Amino acid sequence: MLKTIRASHHGADLFDWDELIQEDRVHRLIYTDPAIFEMELTNIWGAVWVYLGHESQIPGPDDFITTRLGLRPIILIRDAAGTIRALFNRCTHRGTTLCRKERGNAHMFTCPYHGWSYLSTGKLRAVPWPDGYACDFKDAKFNLAQVPRVDSYRGFVFGTLNPDAPPLRTYLGGITAPIDEWLDRNPGGKVEVCEANRLKFKGNWKLAYDNSGDGYHVVFSHRSLLEMENRLADEANKGMSYYRGSPDSKPMYMRYTGNGHHFKDKRPNIEKRAGGLWSVEGPAPGGEHAEASLRGRFGERADDILDLASSEPVNINVFPNLSLLGNHIQVFEPVSVAETNVTWYGTRVVDADGTLGAAVDEINALRMRTQEQFPNFGEVDDLANFEEIQRGLACLEDEWVYMHRGLGIPGRVKSGPDGEVTAPATDEAFMREYIKEWKRLMQASPRLVVKREP
Amino acid sequence: MQTVHDPSVVSHYVTDAFYRELMEAFADWQRDDRAVLDAPERERLRALIEREARLLDRLDYDAWLAMYAPECIYWVPATPGGGDPRREIAISFDDRRRMEDRVYRLRTGYAWSQAPVSRTVRMISNVEVFATATAAKRMVRSNFLISEFRPDGVRSLSGWCGHRLVGRGGDWKIEVRQVNLIDCDQNLRNPSIII
Repeated sequence: MLKTIRASHHGADLFDWDELIQEDRVHRLIYTDPAIFEMELTNIWGAVWVYLGHESQIPGPDDFITTRLGLRPIILIRDAAGTIRALFNRCTHRGTTLCRKERGNAHMFTCPYHGWSYLSTGKLRAVPWPDGYACDFKDAKFNLAQVPRVDSYRGFVFGTLNPDAPPLRTYLGGITAPIDEWLDRNPGGKVEVCEANRLKFKGNWKLAYDNSGDGYHVVFSHRSLLEMENRLADEANKGMSYYRGSPDSKPMYMRYTGNGHHFKDKRPNIEKRAGGLWSVEGPAPGGEHAEASLRGRFGERADDILDLASSEPVNINVFPNLSLLGNHIQVFEPVSVAETNVTWYGTRVVDADGTLGAAVDEINALRMRTQEQFPNFGEVDDLANFEEIQRGLACLEDEWVYMHRGLGIPGRVKSGPDGEVTAPATDEAFMREYIKEWKRLMQASPRLVVKREP
Repeated sequence: MQTVHDPSVVSHYVTDAFYRELMEAFADWQRDDRAVLDAPERERLRALIEREARLLDRLDYDAWLAMYAPECIYWVPATPGGGDPRREIAISFDDRRRMEDRVYRLRTGYAWSQAPVSRTVRMISNVEVFATATAAKRMVRSNFLISEFRPDGVRSLSGWCGHRLVGRGGDWKIEVRQVNLIDCDQNLRNPSIII
């Protein structure tokens, strides 16, 4: 790396981080400053394990999707030997992206510009008219750069450029327990990704992550959704209605589990029985038909099956870009300091143990319809509010953004082992904790590397 | 004796058979050999589609909903070509009740993505009518360009619609409207209007 250029815009002394990130508030600059955003591309989006995609998106040899690691274009591919690799989508010759498709199957990539071609392992295959070169193309420097560490946790694929990062399993730490539970409620402990509600907003990516565990905004930001989904109900108990009244007295809670990850568990609000989730699911196209049909064929077992089409009431947030909520795999993707993609990948279940039979298609169709509800009628309002935060933060002299709900009230926020923090569902404790981790990462000087095939 | 269900209240018509028939009907319908060239009929169906655009621009949702058959679908695929809504998330796949939900939400006054309400003008063009295997049903293709003004500027949404229309005693109702945004598989900013 060019040391002098790196030094010009990297380094812990860019800001006084302790001044920007205080116990109860953060400075507006963390959402608005292009230099901070640029530093995040290395200190966050290079230095920690970042979610890249799901194994079900690349099930077979040479299957690939294109994605990004921060702003770096990536080809996530399962090579012919079955190894999942995150190749930089960048020809080593002139820097051109090699692959412009969003998904596909390819055992090699040929650069559209000068025809250099690469195997799915990233190894240079051939260059046109090699006799015009004096160099040895067997030199590893001509093979594609790739993310040196790629690892999966139960189908979720992550990558990091940081050789000093802990193993993925260690990085995930306590957040694996809710991830396991989220998966294990589905047959075979598995889901498959199936298209997405793709949204974006003009605002900083951290506004989305700040919100990912926020139980305080629900009845305000989502008032139209709550009114809508309960308009026909005998009892106004659909969706997130449990946030009404006095949410902090409800059994739900939020838990920070370390390394920026946190978990909102709303399951204790729901009657713990087969069909409990289905009983609070809002209206969905085909809902009554599917219920009647499944009850007719499966009797009491129908409740368990209907729960598979119902939203799991959790928010599992894996820093910096993955959020499992309802049945969605939501991914945050920075575009610029004030632009972010939020993609809500849908998931379907598989008939792993043969007990669903023909009902698997029926329950998945219904599961598609229940999953379309929140992005259409809830998320759009959050994104509008995030955009309005970004607009509000143009007030240069009003510098602070607060995240102090629950702070300083004796007995309210409970600390556990390994930095674990538990608090009532509307507390901003998780924001304070993750932003402390963000500060620690921004103060560090991570050494980032790429790997190439030998 | 079959129970009669009000599709505004309960959703019984979106069944396996319904999805199957929908997929077949939207698979291969834009065929020259099925083009309807009869000018009065084409004119009549073009007028219907232009009227729908006007009602949406004017936020006249009651009149808009009344243009649809009781059992209807408003479908905005997230997959170019439509995809399979049984196995894939769509941007929207609303039955009658969810269409009414959508309108209800927009009217609550708390739909922040529509506060203030977008101002839109819709241009409809290239209207073509196609016959189907059922005498009383037509498929109509039309291109659209929506200019949408929000306080930070004007943007455009474009694509084409496939309408499935059913004629009853000279009156045509919309059974299905498939809205194909040209950027349906990309991240969209604030897709909160009825497209």
